[in-house]
Amino acid sequence: MTEVRKKGFKELSPIDVYMLLPKTNCKECGLENCMAFAAKVVNREINIEKCPPLLTKQFEKQYKQLSEMLKPAVKEVVIGVGEKAVKIGGKLVMHRHEFAYFNPTPIAIDVTDEMTEEEIVDRVKRTESFSYIYIGQTLKLNMIAVRSTSNSPEKFKLTVKKVMENTSLPLILCSFDPTVMESGLMAASKSKPLIYAATKENWKEMAELALMYDCPLAVFAPNDLKLLRSLVKTLLEYGVKDLVLDPGTFPTAGLADTINNFTMIRRAACKHGDELFGFPILGVPLTVWLEKGEAPSEVVMWKEAYLAGMLIVRYADLLIMHSLDGWVLLPNVILRQNIYTDPRKPVAVEPGLRTFGTPNENSPVMMTTNFALTYYTVASDIEASGVDSYLIVVDTEGIAVDSAVAGRKLTAEKVAEAIKESGVENMVKHRKLIIPGKAARLSGEIEQLSGWEVLVGPRDSSSIPAFLQEKWSR
Amino acid sequence: MANKPEKEKQGIRLDPTLFDLLAKFHEIELEDVEMDVGDLEIWIQPGATAIPQIMPKPPSKKAKPITLIEVGFTPPLEQYPGQIVEVKLGATKSEGGTRGKSIVIGGERSPAFCMFENPMPNPPIVSLDVFDMRIPLAKAVKMHVTEVLDDPAAWAKLAVEKFGADMVTLHLISIDPLQKDTSPEEAVKTVEDVLQAVDVPLIIGGCGDPKKDLAVFEKVAETFAGERFLLSSVTQDMDVEKAALAAKKHGHVVLSFTPMDMNLARELNRRLYEFIPKDHIVMDTTTAALGYGLEYAFTVMERARLAALMGDQELQHPMSSGTTNAWAAREAWMKMAPEWGPRELRGPIWETITALTLLFAGVDLFMMMHPAAVKTLKDVVRELLSGHSGNAKKIAEWITVKT
Repeated sequence: MTEVRKKGFKELSPIDVYMLLPKTNCKECGLENCMAFAAKVVNREINIEKCPPLLTKQFEKQYKQLSEMLKPAVKEVVIGVGEKAVKIGGKLVMHRHEFAYFNPTPIAIDVTDEMTEEEIVDRVKRTESFSYIYIGQTLKLNMIAVRSTSNSPEKFKLTVKKVMENTSLPLILCSFDPTVMESGLMAASKSKPLIYAATKENWKEMAELALMYDCPLAVFAPNDLKLLRSLVKTLLEYGVKDLVLDPGTFPTAGLADTINNFTMIRRAACKHGDELFGFPILGVPLTVWLEKGEAPSEVVMWKEAYLAGMLIVRYADLLIMHSLDGWVLLPNVILRQNIYTDPRKPVAVEPGLRTFGTPNENSPVMMTTNFALTYYTVASDIEASGVDSYLIVVDTEGIAVDSAVAGRKLTAEKVAEAIKESGVENMVKHRKLIIPGKAARLSGEIEQLSGWEVLVGPRDSSSIPAFLQEKWSR
Repeated sequence: MANKPEKEKQGIRLDPTLFDLLAKFHEIELEDVEMDVGDLEIWIQPGATAIPQIMPKPPSKKAKPITLIEVGFTPPLEQYPGQIVEVKLGATKSEGGTRGKSIVIGGERSPAFCMFENPMPNPPIVSLDVFDMRIPLAKAVKMHVTEVLDDPAAWAKLAVEKFGADMVTLHLISIDPLQKDTSPEEAVKTVEDVLQAVDVPLIIGGCGDPKKDLAVFEKVAETFAGERFLLSSVTQDMDVEKAALAAKKHGHVVLSFTPMDMNLARELNRRLYEFIPKDHIVMDTTTAALGYGLEYAFTVMERARLAALMGDQELQHPMSSGTTNAWAAREAWMKMAPEWGPRELRGPIWETITALTLLFAGVDLFMMMHPAAVKTLKDVVRELLSGHSGNAKKIAEWITVKT
């Protein structure tokens, strides 16, 4: 029982953690007892630092053992300071189904030190104000990457300063020239930007800067994993602890190298315990602009959009992009949200009856599935209609209407049962059920099984207000 | 719930939702055990059972290196006991059909696009959707096929000749008893027209009504014996025996379709094995759109593929995705505020990113819709398999590139 060994995170049980806790059940963490705390720790829902007694001198040894035991395969690196600081990496697993992914890939948008002040401010503002509401969450952009295209220390410094005046988003400072970098760092001192990047040529100077300004440091070794590993080893020995790996993002020729490299780095860290590759990976979809040539901007943006998507799926922990267009970014912030959803928790709402406004015995009765996105969308459309109504949420195990119909998760039997269980039969005088247009094929059977008349509603719930106005004007 | 007794036994009061989480977590753990043999070996090696060492003292105390410390890199290769079967689609004249060429999918020995480990034996391919009657289509899609909406044969020709489809999926929507309820004989006629118009392998899609689909599949399978159609799809509520035998007897292959559940996929495949050889089965575990459950689709496919490679024989099939489902996402087709761009771009990028996400989960066959999405997917696959190397010097210039 007292044996403590390093376990794969999947072998780690609450008991393993519990054994090292103070076991005082003091509730200072806000939980009932130490076992409950241990369970949350194993689930990565709470940090061990939330246990005050553990942080005392008496438990120093246990604290260190726990920290080691819980250390993720990919180190968590913090960029920036304050509320908007981002955490990257911190991954425990290679595949999301093995546990869950943590720290959704932040997206940084670039500005350069040769852009006009107007353009810089405009890009920074657009980055900061980007926002999309999706299943009750606000999806945002996260960082600004300042590139020195001029290679002038003075210009770079002014630009960093200008950016800092306009945003508190964390920064990535981009230049291979240590003099330029230092000048930028002076303007951003104490705000912990990511220094991009140490290379085979400049690593010593960049390491000095990272230590001096206490910043994380990106390591760039395009398509050379041996060099990348050597640089990491050297920089760690040098004393730089927070590193970010860039094996190069090749948008066209070399795309296979990029995918291979990202995959090998992550596999080495998660499956083979390679600590030198146990750092977050940086993807740079912005490299598509190197190939622009005569191509229209839309074509380059298109490429940047799908390259970003591929990298989000293939282990990128941080992205630098140029396009600020909604159609480029929207699919990617949603993809990021999807991939980083905790697979242990279904994205579903409670099935059952919901009411909107103050429905009476003549109010319409509608039906939908319990997939969270479907539910929230339908609910907001019913609210928009302003019609007092009932909504029966059928348990489809968190699957959307069309997939649920195809996959027999939404059947006439289930609907009939849901009507019964909802008790709505005692609340309305009529027997008319409005079903989603995408479930139209179930209408006959629903009528047979439930005895209710079925009205086939719109295929998309955005037409619910119009539908109700037209078909429910009694 | 099964966990309740255990909870009481321990005498510990846990928050019920937390307990559910734990239960789920352990389920995942159990199902994955077989995949982690390699990991276990690493953790259980001698010495690993010792008390973990206290973190080494900060390296900054040591002398700073003045030259690069060279270390090696060994690609992290794994061994997989399993392999995905190869399935041949379409038959040429010499093979008993009429197609210009047949296409083989599957055969993987590694997870999708781990090219450093094993080459992809067969490139993933794209089949374009063709419908036998008018259905609601997103504007961005419709604009490319307006001329051919009422002519499946012309539509198929356009898909192959202009949009570069490797295959065509003929969706026989009109057979649906809730639509036009057209007869199996009429379906045969439509298939004949499409078969004449193009020489690529065909997928024959039903309407989703298990009885009617079976009736049509039987008729089509018999009439076009030897063509090696992919019958899309066989589902659990269908007479699996009849469907499988229709395919086997007349030289076709089947798509085993299940709703986002690895166990259901295993179950249906197991039933199919009673009647049809393993290499006559492609599987589809359901595709949900980006933003509408794509992560489920991705994870079921990724898990199924990894399990197959680790030796789960009932999942060793090439995978197909109804990627067209991407258009179910509102963001793909709806008019939105101007900052989200025109839907003519939003729609196809939605389909593209849905497809590319699933490409990395292990999909071999994509059923798609928009020409730009199809082209992009094909370009990406070609590039990934080309062996071209990137220019490391050039890539370093991204910092200074003028946009």
